[in-house]
Amino acid sequence: MLKNSLILILILGFAAIMLSLFLSYTPSEDLKGVSKHYAEYGKEEVGAANLVSAVVVTYRGFDTLGEVTILFLTASVIGFFLKVNHSKDDENTAVKKYSEILGTSAKILIPLMVLLGVYVFINGHLTPGGGFQGGAIIASAFVLMFIALPQRKISHKVLSAVESFSGLSYVLIGVLGIILAAGFLDNQILSLGTFGSVLSAGAIPLIYILIGLKVGTELTGIISNLKELQNEQ
Amino acid sequence: MIYIIIAIVLGIVMIVMSIIAIHHKNITLAILSAGGVSLVASILYLLLAAPDVALTEASIGSGLTTIIFFYVLNKIKKHKHVEE
Repeated sequence: MLKNSLILILILGFAAIMLSLFLSYTPSEDLKGVSKHYAEYGKEEVGAANLVSAVVVTYRGFDTLGEVTILFLTASVIGFFLKVNHSKDDENTAVKKYSEILGTSAKILIPLMVLLGVYVFINGHLTPGGGFQGGAIIASAFVLMFIALPQRKISHKVLSAVESFSGLSYVLIGVLGIILAAGFLDNQILSLGTFGSVLSAGAIPLIYILIGLKVGTELTGIISNLKELQNEQ
Repeated sequence: MIYIIIAIVLGIVMIVMSIIAIHHKNITLAILSAGGVSLVASILYLLLAAPDVALTEASIGSGLTTIIFFYVLNKIKKHKHVEE
């Protein structure tokens, strides 16, 4: 009882703090500082129609590299600690029969989902979304495949090859930015092109394709490891 | 105005689902409603004009995380079965 009343008092105190924050909130009418610079000069400097992509890939590109590294570490740690025995896969061929409706609809849906993911990351500099979102959609397609069509396997060698290739190329493009343009991960190593077309905004489409492949293969690898763990005793 | 009403209804649905996720005895239902919280949250992000975040939340929060929870739950159940 004492514990519960303490929790209640804590929640009420938190609510009081939040209420005072909420009451004193006034929306700012104009942009200030860095955001003003991004909004005013982003079009000329980066050439991306989606300003969020311009900030994420170019102005704050180093942070994105850090995020990709964190995701890579997570996938490696999960792969390391789960210790999946890949050689045993062939013995466990007896898989549960999936539901007919799920299996049939999955066969139609999976290619469409992969296509949507590719669309999202190729058009990352024009429409909302980008490498992370596209990669996550592709990973969801593969998760649907793991559930609906359990007899199909994904080669871990292909996954890690694609992942390593895209991660390495991402860093190499960043280093190219130091040599050819203003700095690390500068997108002007390629020409900016016409504003609003698919092949524009310099290196942003290239970087987003690499990030999309990397995120997609990493998330698929995590789920695939967990799935193979189900077969072991 | 209509957006505010939709947002309030979605917020109430989120609160109910999160209470189910914490307190329900049936773990499968709890995991499903935890995924549902993410799904409703992604609709809210869309209403707040953040489609980028909505895409991420819908695919990672309500898709992949739920599946990971189910795989882990399945594994734990199997372990219990072996121990007994």
